[in-house]
Amino acid sequence: MVLFSKLAVDEAESLPLSSQAPTPGSRSIVNRHGRTGLLILSIAAFILVWAVVAFIAQSRALPGPLAVLDRAIAEAASGQLFYHMGVTLARVAASFVIAMAAGSVIGIAMGRHKTLDLFFDSWLILFLNLPALITIILCFVWFGLNEAAAVTAVALNKIPNVAVTLREGTQAMSREYDEMAQVYRFSRWTTFREVHLPQLAPYFAVAARSGLAIVWKIVLVVELLGLSNGVGFQLNTFFQLFDVASILAYALSFIAVILFVEAVFLGPWQRAANRWRA
Amino acid sequence: MSAVEVRIGRKTFSQNSRQSHTAISGVSFALDEGEFVCLLGPSGSGKTTTLNIVAGLDTDFEGEVRFSDPQARDGLAYVFQTPRLLPWRTLFENVSLPLKGNPDADSIARSWLRRVGLQEFEHIFPGQASLGMQRRAALARAFATNPTMLLMDEPFVSLDERSAAEVRELLAEIWRTERVLTLFVTHDIDEASQLATRVLVYSKAPAKIVADIPLSAKGNAAGDALRNAALLRGKIENLVSLS
Repeated sequence: MVLFSKLAVDEAESLPLSSQAPTPGSRSIVNRHGRTGLLILSIAAFILVWAVVAFIAQSRALPGPLAVLDRAIAEAASGQLFYHMGVTLARVAASFVIAMAAGSVIGIAMGRHKTLDLFFDSWLILFLNLPALITIILCFVWFGLNEAAAVTAVALNKIPNVAVTLREGTQAMSREYDEMAQVYRFSRWTTFREVHLPQLAPYFAVAARSGLAIVWKIVLVVELLGLSNGVGFQLNTFFQLFDVASILAYALSFIAVILFVEAVFLGPWQRAANRWRA
Repeated sequence: MSAVEVRIGRKTFSQNSRQSHTAISGVSFALDEGEFVCLLGPSGSGKTTTLNIVAGLDTDFEGEVRFSDPQARDGLAYVFQTPRLLPWRTLFENVSLPLKGNPDADSIARSWLRRVGLQEFEHIFPGQASLGMQRRAALARAFATNPTMLLMDEPFVSLDERSAAEVRELLAEIWRTERVLTLFVTHDIDEASQLATRVLVYSKAPAKIVADIPLSAKGNAAGDALRNAALLRGKIENLVSLS
């Protein structure tokens, strides 16, 4: 519980830093440039270390960065990379949306109603500790090897985390603002949108960012275990062929897409939600 | 008939299943249109609880609050002890939000921000404003709703003396033109002397009204406030300690 609150606060406190630039040319912008430079340097250092180790090893088990890049280009040119990534991304999106929606409703309800919280708390603990693999296998057994089973399995794995995070956020909301909204006769919708949602925003952000990171990993396991397309399926195929270059090509391409989603959508959204923090 | 009649037979707070604390025991008073009534009493004497009961925020008490015009209850405004401005909304948005649905909301909000001296700061967030500016914005929000009754809970507490005096003078000036029925909680005799037309003095908890003192003037001049303060001190000195 404390951990989730801490996470939310950390997220909330850390992100506005980049939006604190009051005037062009201020120290924050310099810091941002400095951070970008450091990030590029860090990635370059990682690739260099990888290349050196691969050169020394001279093994099929550890191809160098250029070999992996070659494979990625070849897979992209054939259309296979985009097809399988597209299928996987669709599954990630569906599972993510379902998990966020259901988890938020459950978490907010538990946060607002003590009886519900007491009643369902043990259920949450049970699902939080249920290994992802068991949920996946059970869903395939019960619903068959199909899309619905795959998406359900992934969503079920993520819903408890979202619910716990949003429950903490709801319980941490200030009663003072509720009283202000009541005195000034805000409608229920206005109270939710103007008073509750902004207080829950950091918790949504934590749930969304950690959710995205977990969901795509579970989707790959689901595809590997029981589906006939997607990045996870491809990785299984390449594993059987001991084609490490292709495994790395798919893995790195997919990570790049997730980082893109994170940088282009989640990051800016979180900064916008926090722009009021001085 | 008075505009508002307040009768609180008993108000208790449960500390646990066995213990409870009686905050108010037998408080009754009536308020008339155009009055500025200060609830004066020591800390913890149930003044804020009384405001919350009148505002309808606390409904767990024995007694009743009756408005001569039942719709007046929906026209209350409350200036809390902390400004309670939404930190993610600008000062302008904070003042205009309660006016949602009113086609003139923007112009009303702007005019009140101007009246409290914040016209140049309407687009800043509360976190970027000083506490004094936040208090002014909270005043603007309350008056912008054109309230039937204004509840104020030590709204200038935690301001430095000079800022508190400035905002207090601003409130007195606005009130002289608006004349809205006001119930104002304080434990500061000088503040009550400057603002009130009438003072209700609470005893320490469980609160009772130990004095109901009408003041002849409304602090229109420094001399009035001084005379009021002397009158109040003389009357309540032996009744209650305000510390």
